[in-house]
Amino acid sequence: MLEGQRTPTESGCPDGFQYMHPLMRKNYGNWAYHEDPRPGVLKHTARGGEAIYTVRAGTQRILDLFTLRKLCDIGDEYAEGYVRFTIRSNIEYMVADGSKVEPLIAALEKEGFVVGGTRNSVAMISHTQGWLHCDIPGTDASGVVKSMMDELIDEFKNWNMPNRVHITTACCQINCGGQGDIAINIQHTKPPRINHDLVANICERPSVVARCPVAAIRPALVNGKPSLEVDEKKCICCGACYPPCTPMQINDPEHTKLAIWVGGNHSNARGKPTFQKLVAAGIPNNPPRWPEATAIVKKILQTYKDNARDWERLNDWIERIGWPRFFELTELPFTKFHVDNWRGARRSLNASTHIRF
Amino acid sequence: MAKKAHVTPMLDELENGPWPSFISGIKRLRDEHSDDRINGVANSLLGQLEHSYETRKGYWKGGTISVYGYGSGIIPRFSEVAQAFEESKEFHTLRVQPPAGNYYTTDILRQLGDSWEKYGSGLVTFHGQTGNIMFIGTSSENTQYFFNEVNEYGWDLGGAGPCVRTGMSCVGSARCEQSCIDEMRVHRTLLNNFTDDVHRPALPYKFKFKVSGCGNDCMNSIERSDFAIIGTWRDDMKVDQDAFKEYVAGKGRQHTIDNIITRCPTNALSLNDDDSLEVDNRNCVRCMHCLNVVPKALSPGDDKGATILMGGKRTLKIGDLMGTVIAPFMKLDDDDDYEALTELAEEVIDYWAENGLEHERCGEMVERIGLVNFLEGIGVEVDPNMIAETRSSSYVRMDDWDIEAKKWFERKAEQKKTS
Repeated sequence: MLEGQRTPTESGCPDGFQYMHPLMRKNYGNWAYHEDPRPGVLKHTARGGEAIYTVRAGTQRILDLFTLRKLCDIGDEYAEGYVRFTIRSNIEYMVADGSKVEPLIAALEKEGFVVGGTRNSVAMISHTQGWLHCDIPGTDASGVVKSMMDELIDEFKNWNMPNRVHITTACCQINCGGQGDIAINIQHTKPPRINHDLVANICERPSVVARCPVAAIRPALVNGKPSLEVDEKKCICCGACYPPCTPMQINDPEHTKLAIWVGGNHSNARGKPTFQKLVAAGIPNNPPRWPEATAIVKKILQTYKDNARDWERLNDWIERIGWPRFFELTELPFTKFHVDNWRGARRSLNASTHIRF
Repeated sequence: MAKKAHVTPMLDELENGPWPSFISGIKRLRDEHSDDRINGVANSLLGQLEHSYETRKGYWKGGTISVYGYGSGIIPRFSEVAQAFEESKEFHTLRVQPPAGNYYTTDILRQLGDSWEKYGSGLVTFHGQTGNIMFIGTSSENTQYFFNEVNEYGWDLGGAGPCVRTGMSCVGSARCEQSCIDEMRVHRTLLNNFTDDVHRPALPYKFKFKVSGCGNDCMNSIERSDFAIIGTWRDDMKVDQDAFKEYVAGKGRQHTIDNIITRCPTNALSLNDDDSLEVDNRNCVRCMHCLNVVPKALSPGDDKGATILMGGKRTLKIGDLMGTVIAPFMKLDDDDDYEALTELAEEVIDYWAENGLEHERCGEMVERIGLVNFLEGIGVEVDPNMIAETRSSSYVRMDDWDIEAKKWFERKAEQKKTS
């Protein structure tokens, strides 16, 4: 073995009970109901009558050690030393003593963390890695999220929405983020630019050909070298060829745009889970604060807030009012690009006389 | 601060505004940390990120890095602009598996932070989209040392590449009244059965397990995992009629009708004249809406278990897919039940490993070969709960209709005997 090499202990996923609040351990699987005393706070009561309070706070997600330790200091001084993280990277402090809740909130807010994100609020935007760490990103994620949350902070801190709103971002069209009520995703608009000098050395050409969703890539000899060529009439500019073959550069400072999709919903409540649907595209990828994308998100949120009924998620609301009315209310253009032509697309067409006048 | 800080006018804009700023955090590592190495890495990272903001392009490339004995768990990143930003030229991420349910004490967070301070950039995320703790940014050499240290006190790497990936499970039984399964046990039973497949990528592509305690599916498992385990119940839901009447008295009948009764997707609810709730349990689909609205009065039944769906995934390559019901209901009470669940997962992964194409997710394979072939491959019988509607095209060969119909009646008779 070389220096440092060591046979690993393949312990896998650790046991969470050792890190769980003792009151939660004691009442595991035995909870009766919960209440929402105020935004950002949950109170769960067990069948035996014991209660645990949770305070949820938004952070910058990319935590530096100073911030991590500050969060721990707050947990030791104002809470009971037990935390967890939500799927949207909020931190949650659990305390058995209800009198700790207000001082804990004050301590978090004093340090700039944002208490909220529960019930019918705009939750923390879930995001991917972007320019900070990804190898194929069309945009940044942390920066988009920071810019938008600056504008949406009041919606995070309050219960103003008809139902919860999950916003997501994705920095390429693989879309490694989840479905969102509102999703801000990359949309490339030009085929990859190929560096034919490098393809033969870097890319496993048959794999790249196989990766294309529309069979637009074929092997070719360019300037006497084995390379790949793209049928640009067939190409859908998805960028699937770029990860396995970096000389097929898909990202472009101008032609890589943002698109906004709405109505993705993972929950089974009321209707079955739904995919998000395209509403706006051609939005400039405009660092450092992406104002054009934020403006459209805010417009959609405001329209939803003004028009949807209680408990309607964005998809429920659009299903009730119909797509024509959605475009009318949001003042977004409806184009030929909104009409699906991917596999199964006919099911998305209106095959009835059901029309709202 | 040893060296001159890179100028970052665009990133500086992200220090404005009320939401916590990740840029301010990286700058603290650059300016205030006592270790020159961490100052340098943070400075270099900020320089490269500013360059990305200015040119609207990314400058990281992948590679092959792993720790001794493993083939996955690290996301290698080498800078393409290392001449200008040398100190973060190697900036790999270690994916570490969190405890099921993401529970931590402040002590263990500090311990992990201290280890990372010795070997890494000082940047960490709880958690990445797959569910790992992301220790972002270290050199090729230090990946091994950091792993050695945290592995000594109970932490292991997650998956990356074509392998079983780190799982996710909701808060569930630890705090939530809607939970119908022991999420932590499901999660650890499955993940720790496939440790070898987590650490040594040898599958067609990624394979994800996600566990949600009820149909609210807070882990997004139907759409984001190859194997979703979702808690449910098959007896009647529980109604505390006094608590329900109290709710109606407080909120009013119109509110109750508009927000509960008419929102039921199968019209299984009715408000009685005395303001009690009538439930048609036979037609309740366990969607969770009414339980979400009135958690004090309405709860899951006692005969709990899980529904298993398979084949969810995101866009690449054939478009987004939802998972499909493969097991409408499985009890998850005793060791035998957990063994049956593990065996089902093994069957699926074995069959897919054998039949999936390179870079083909399980759901894409099912799309290619058809659900019935998949079910035959994994030894599961067809069930009407697996479909939203029956076939609408007559273009299919049905010579074996009588045989298949006979099988159905035999299975029904068998079920009747055992129940």
